[in-house]
Amino acid sequence: MSAQPYGLIATFETPAEVYHAAEQVRDAGYKHWDVISPCPIHGLDKAMGLKRSIVPRISLAGGITGFITGMTLIWWTDAFDYPLIVGGKPLFSPMFAFPVSYELTILFTAFATIIGMFVVNGLPMHYHPVLKYDKIRRGMDDQFFIVIEARDPRFNAANTGVLLQKIGGKEITELEP
Amino acid sequence: MAHAQHAAAPAILQEVKPAVVPRAVLVQNNRSFAWITDKICGIIEGKTPTWWWVCFIVACFVASFTVAGITYLVATGVGVWGHRSPVNWGWPIVNFVFWIGIGHAGTLISAILCLLRQKWRTSINRAAEAMTIFAVVCAGIFPVFHVGRVWYAWFLFPLPNSNLIWQNFRSPLEWDVFAVSTYGTVSVLFWYVGLIPDLAVLRDRFYATGNKTRSFLYGLFAMGWRGSNRHWSNYEMAYLILAGIATPLVLSVHTIVSFDFAVSLIPGWHTTIFPPYFVAGAIFSGFGMVLTLMLPLRAIYHLEDLITQYHIDCMCKITLATGTMVGYAYAMEFFIAWYSANPYEGFTFINRAFGPYAWAYWIMITCNVVTPQLFWFKRVRTNTTLVWVLSIFVNVGMWFERFVIICTSLTRDFLPSSWGYFSPTIVDIFTFFGTFGVFSVLFLLFIRFLPIMPMAEIKAVTQQADVHSGSDHH
Repeated sequence: MSAQPYGLIATFETPAEVYHAAEQVRDAGYKHWDVISPCPIHGLDKAMGLKRSIVPRISLAGGITGFITGMTLIWWTDAFDYPLIVGGKPLFSPMFAFPVSYELTILFTAFATIIGMFVVNGLPMHYHPVLKYDKIRRGMDDQFFIVIEARDPRFNAANTGVLLQKIGGKEITELEP
Repeated sequence: MAHAQHAAAPAILQEVKPAVVPRAVLVQNNRSFAWITDKICGIIEGKTPTWWWVCFIVACFVASFTVAGITYLVATGVGVWGHRSPVNWGWPIVNFVFWIGIGHAGTLISAILCLLRQKWRTSINRAAEAMTIFAVVCAGIFPVFHVGRVWYAWFLFPLPNSNLIWQNFRSPLEWDVFAVSTYGTVSVLFWYVGLIPDLAVLRDRFYATGNKTRSFLYGLFAMGWRGSNRHWSNYEMAYLILAGIATPLVLSVHTIVSFDFAVSLIPGWHTTIFPPYFVAGAIFSGFGMVLTLMLPLRAIYHLEDLITQYHIDCMCKITLATGTMVGYAYAMEFFIAWYSANPYEGFTFINRAFGPYAWAYWIMITCNVVTPQLFWFKRVRTNTTLVWVLSIFVNVGMWFERFVIICTSLTRDFLPSSWGYFSPTIVDIFTFFGTFGVFSVLFLLFIRFLPIMPMAEIKAVTQQADVHSGSDHH
């Protein structure tokens, strides 16, 4: 085929194998690569050299928005749009507005977190070259894979293949784009 | 710095070895990843068992009682329920608080135990979260229909309406609308996020066996999950944040439910102990329900390697701890009633224990305070049949707790001319009885079509997933 492949994929049998292999791919200086695993592996982020996730910042923004929405909503409805004295109590007070604002803080944080996680991960993405690989099913079950993408500046079909072999990868295969 | 301390320490410390405390194994028989996947997916992929159909048909029949009760109520009016002056909050509110309370254990298991790094939660959290959602559905039925004209239930939310008036945000009942709807929504989101990797497993497995329709449906909701570690990194962070916000949420929801009572001036309700007391009671009842549901599932699907005796021990101990807290709260309420020297408060509590509802009060005490004390004994905890029976007692006891709180206080108003006695009508009984069917229908559908345990999370706590196995430092 004339088209450039998406990348190379190699199989690993245990979490420990893929963990140590990942450290070596990281040290070889690759940037566009990934580990496929059926469950999160403790410490793998560090072994891959990943930075801390930015999802918490999105969550914080969501939470602040939620709290402000709650306070504003209650002030606007009960003290501004239609002021109505009930039980001789003040038209607005942050005290009685707090429980609802608190719940909205949590509600907005939850949505921000989940939407943020999807956006940062680039999901939903129902088509992906990795999912075309016929053995990838085991990657949801009990096997581990390392994928090195062809767009990585250090990628070179021969050298990258040798690296994957050296770090213990089996069944090294080219992925169709 | 550690080195400096080490040098300064007395020589004797060199000889002291830290105690080696063996950790309980969470997956027994050192099962492989593939075994876990096959075991949990096998439940969905296998032929629908006969017992499932029998249970499902029975559950649908029971659920029809709620449908009948609600239909009659909507066609006639709220008067068909048994509450009338002075008891204007009867069974519907009892049932609402009962079901919401049950839901709380699900969030406790998934969120609080996640933050506390209690890894044993992984085998039971999916089913417990499902229980939460279905319990909230059952709970929601009661206040929505209690408003009277249910087609105006949307007036509970701050949406512009033709009366041009807004909701009264000074009222705990309005806080409750936000608390319960946020709780329901966040529970569904949390549950769904947990499901994504497992739906991807099912997508691939159904694709491999040629079932394209089911593969498509699971795949649609799996969002194209491909087990990428770059995704896991963000996913785990998101999951942790959701756990972090679900924890204050679950505490706030039952606090606000207790405000419905505590903010009023009714003797027996107007107490500051209510929020912690309600939260403890909610967790207590929820763990009762988790045991009621998980023990049969464990037996039917032979999940003994995944829900081990250690898991059952943990659940029994939490039930014991929260049951004891509830018992303490009962005692403290009595003490404060006496200590406050308020004649109405004192009368209310004497009346609870020895008045016309004494039978309900003593059922409550027996089920909630005495029953869980049996969990002190290992012989009780290892007898799963007995644990299951005791969990039913907890469920019964917690329903009676809400009944006692609501009915004893309301039947004795300040003036004896406004005293009464609450009896439910047949419509009350039908509607409540049917919610067990609604709950069961939803739960049966869940165990048939969705993985009842989070496979990825269980794999992550097995010994094989520990890449540093042998050393205890990270």
